[in-house]
Amino acid sequence: MKLCMQLFNARRGVVLFLLLFFFVVGMHSACKNDQSETGDMDLEQVDVSLDGVVNGIDTLTGLAYDESFEIVRANCITCHSAKLITQNRATREGWKGMLDWMRATQNLHDLGDNEEPILDYLAKHYAPENKGRRVNIEDVEWYVLESD
Amino acid sequence: MNEVKRRKFIKSSLLTSVTTALGIPIVFGNLLPENVLPIGLNNSQNTLLGKSAEMIVLNDRPINAETPPHLLNDRLTPNDLFFVRNNGLPPSKVNVAEWTLTIEGESAKSKKTYSLSDLKSKFKEYSLEITLECGGNGRKEFNPPAKGNQWGTGAVGCAKWTGVRLSDVLQDVGVKNDAVYIGYYGADKHVSGDKSKDPISRGVPIEKALANESLIAWQMNGEDLPALNGYPLRLVIGGYPASCSGKWLERIVIRDQVHDGAKMGGQSYRVPCKTVAPGEKVRDEDMCIIEEMPVKSLITSPKTGATIKVGQQMPISGKAWTAAQQIRQVEYSVDFGMNWKVCSLGSSTNRFAWQQFDAELSFDKAGYYEVWARATDSNNKTQPIILPGWNPKGYLNNACHRIAVKVEA
Repeated sequence: MKLCMQLFNARRGVVLFLLLFFFVVGMHSACKNDQSETGDMDLEQVDVSLDGVVNGIDTLTGLAYDESFEIVRANCITCHSAKLITQNRATREGWKGMLDWMRATQNLHDLGDNEEPILDYLAKHYAPENKGRRVNIEDVEWYVLESD
Repeated sequence: MNEVKRRKFIKSSLLTSVTTALGIPIVFGNLLPENVLPIGLNNSQNTLLGKSAEMIVLNDRPINAETPPHLLNDRLTPNDLFFVRNNGLPPSKVNVAEWTLTIEGESAKSKKTYSLSDLKSKFKEYSLEITLECGGNGRKEFNPPAKGNQWGTGAVGCAKWTGVRLSDVLQDVGVKNDAVYIGYYGADKHVSGDKSKDPISRGVPIEKALANESLIAWQMNGEDLPALNGYPLRLVIGGYPASCSGKWLERIVIRDQVHDGAKMGGQSYRVPCKTVAPGEKVRDEDMCIIEEMPVKSLITSPKTGATIKVGQQMPISGKAWTAAQQIRQVEYSVDFGMNWKVCSLGSSTNRFAWQQFDAELSFDKAGYYEVWARATDSNNKTQPIILPGWNPKGYLNNACHRIAVKVEA
């Protein structure tokens, strides 16, 4: 509910869109005699081109939309791009090291009580994965190569 | 130009609503350069001034963008496809008529200031093809992950740079016998807006500064430098991390010690003096400055993901480069490194220019293949197949490049 209120304050238009969406989905499922599979709100199936939250990601910033999102947004991305967060992976200790580096060299302001929730958020959403010594070739878009 | 106008329009029409849209004020909004919009407003693909929409933007404040490998197939990298690695915010206004370069420092015999026309009229002009590669190119692959912009393979390019020899200018000022290093200062601004901080001020040993291929350049491929690549003046120092080739160049200091500017110390552009196990903590005092970049290559054609027929001819081509004298050989493998075949190899125009390689492939069995390429330089150094030595900041990844190919019956 708190999340909804934040959304409402931040992006009234998106909320209206989502409300409308819920309404349409709700009407649809009601007509189908409450078949729960069609009535489920499956965000992964939804292509929302407006700014908002899709699959747990805030589309405006690309950041995970979760507890402390607002704190991260207010403290981190005024100085640098959100992409600097989303493209990196580190443990809580590793993220703490980055904050220490920013304090020492980049004029990071005093985070005060916000530091702990920021570190919790980063460690939760941007944790490292073990990639081994060489990953497979990924995200290949296959195409037909014509011969000359 | 249209792009600039359009962006100005977007900026002026939308900036007032930024506070409400993001729910927070844009703290340093007044410091945004012309070509940068606040995060969230630049959803348009073509966000970078003077750059192709096909560039992969890793970071938009500061701007960092790389080139997909198949777009590095030109003999020289076009200006709109040349990678961008910014540490700070580029100057928003450049007055070429008033631009000056000052040379000074404890090991300079005098202090001199040159206008751009001084540089062009006083010294002999040179044009050299020089490959520049970011020290962190390939960082994305390191495990455990390394902090910073997660470069794939595209923080590299080779252009024809026109300017004067850095050594000619340094000798005109006079270099004392105790000179050890040079350092540069540019007109870019620290991302925090703190005017007392430099975003980056690196340099090279004096011997490297005096080498024939170290240039002060104002042209790239026969045109003015692109705004994001240092317009109107920059250093071009081949074979070293591209961070040594300072952009928006305003000042060079001749030092009697290793230059101690921003990003010369700590973990920046430095690797463990002794090799370490992946993930090991390394103290700053145990890190050494990166000098020469390792031998490396890229397959620039075809693009990964090619699907062909059994027996179909598939030409491959690519680029290879090194800090050594030259590339001696490039090989390819289609069986995960069990067999290697030699490619035909072009020559380089001058030292630090990349060399083209070509081969003609065909497959007589259907299946999934990977084409790997590895270069060997004149020092007999070759590229590893897996990741080279782990280091905390993920520099110097020269593991061989691979593309995926599917062969159908």
